[in-house]
Amino acid sequence: MTTALLTNTTRSTFWTGSVIDCDVHANIPSIETLFPYLDPIWVEGTKERGWRGPSGPRLSYPPGAATTTRDEWRPADQMPASQLSMLQKDILDPWQVDRAVLNCYYGIDSLRHPDWAPALASAVNDWIIAEWLDKDPRLAASLVIPARDPIAAAAEIDRVGSHPGFVQVMLPVRSERLYGQRIFYPIFEAATRNDLVVGLQWGGTTEDAPSPTGYASWYAEEYAAETQVYLAQLTSMVFEGTFQKFPTLRVAVLEGGFTWVPMWGWSMNKKWKGLRRETPWVDRLPLDIIRDHVRFSVAPANLGPREHSQRIIDWLGSDDLLMFATDYPHRHDDQIDELLEIIPESMRAKLMSETARDWYRL
Amino acid sequence: MNQDTPRAKRHQKYVVGRVDEFPESGRMIVDIRGREVGIFRIRNRFYAVLNRCPHLGGPLVKGQLVNAVTSTGPGNMELDTSKDLIACPWHNWEFDIKTGQSFWNPKHLKARPFAVGVEVGNEVAEQIETGAVGMVEGPYRAETVQVAVESEYIVLFMVPQAPGTVQNTAGTHRACESFTHAPEEKEEVTS
Repeated sequence: MTTALLTNTTRSTFWTGSVIDCDVHANIPSIETLFPYLDPIWVEGTKERGWRGPSGPRLSYPPGAATTTRDEWRPADQMPASQLSMLQKDILDPWQVDRAVLNCYYGIDSLRHPDWAPALASAVNDWIIAEWLDKDPRLAASLVIPARDPIAAAAEIDRVGSHPGFVQVMLPVRSERLYGQRIFYPIFEAATRNDLVVGLQWGGTTEDAPSPTGYASWYAEEYAAETQVYLAQLTSMVFEGTFQKFPTLRVAVLEGGFTWVPMWGWSMNKKWKGLRRETPWVDRLPLDIIRDHVRFSVAPANLGPREHSQRIIDWLGSDDLLMFATDYPHRHDDQIDELLEIIPESMRAKLMSETARDWYRL
Repeated sequence: MNQDTPRAKRHQKYVVGRVDEFPESGRMIVDIRGREVGIFRIRNRFYAVLNRCPHLGGPLVKGQLVNAVTSTGPGNMELDTSKDLIACPWHNWEFDIKTGQSFWNPKHLKARPFAVGVEVGNEVAEQIETGAVGMVEGPYRAETVQVAVESEYIVLFMVPQAPGTVQNTAGTHRACESFTHAPEEKEEVTS
């Protein structure tokens, strides 16, 4: 699902309706990029220590990995997706997008420093406003937070959340504790107070294993197994009653796939029917709660054989769950034209733009 | 011409036991013409439900009897002692013992409840004589039971009863015994 696809077909042949890309990325080329937006004390601290910025991005997205950047989106001398002009040339113009939601994963969570992490988050958000949102009206964006510290995170959401360009709070999917737990209420309170989607995004704390049961040996293994982390976070939010506590909460699963949703949902439903007394606030079938509160980007789609993928789409039980994304500049080996062919006609406009327009109030 | 054992008469009402021999919080399963029905005594009232879970046919009556747990949100849990639920031993699905209603799927799933009444011995004896009421197998089976007029009996209705027409609280009759049953009426009736 890339512009590469448009070499064989044109955007308007492929899809005549409007397009909203719910997941495109901005990369911060170096910590110096943020200096104009960072309080001088942290600029000096960075220089003093010779710090090169958070380690998270390079761990979650090894710069040379084939999945990190599609070849044609890899500039010769610059970091991919680090300039608005790159995004415009690669996605916004050729795809003729109405709107795109920009996500900047900078690994704020790599820092345990209680003051530096919030300062860095603020700098990233101000950089996003100045360098991206203010320069292209097609862009909306996620604001980043120091997710380890829910109080500081809520303060940052309130600081910039009312900016019309911010439509989402990015919550890195890996965390020290599961997000359904009550300690995270301030984040959801602030997100709903500012009418922002909470977007679960690949990445997060680096000291815990990226799987619920230990460290993977290989990057491919870690990358393929990441679904478990999304699943663990959403399961936590369902059973902890996050969606009862915050009935207006909207969540987006970004870079998490969606083909696992029906089977996982059925499993939650089954458990809930017999064990619901333990969590009586969960007042309806977990999969129904997911359908009401969660949307999924289709990059990656992780499709299988066509007829099987078609069945999974059917099992989702709703036309409203999927949102088109390129996940620029990351590379996923799915074809958006194939996805569009296997979904019902009634789902196409929703997937390509309407669901995201509604979810993000675009 | 039919030499087989004649089928037992299909009654609409069965005497299933004597109130004073049925312990509080007790339960028993009776066999009504091949259908197992569980009888429960909860806080002095009697309830009955078919021993078949509407989910997959599990022995519902053998499950745990619990109160409903309600909540207004995470961290809030209340025990609703006015709602008694039987949880199927197979999958723990809960059903209201009074209405049979499933707790998680109240619109589409229902266990089968039956009305249970408490009647005094002389009423029961009359009905046994006229054949209007059957006796279940066990200590109360027709040929052995001796119905004591002053005792209360648990009566199971196999057809639906209009709401409010069945008195199912133990002790009700005894409380007004002196008005309704003079001591000289006390006699034993053999059916």
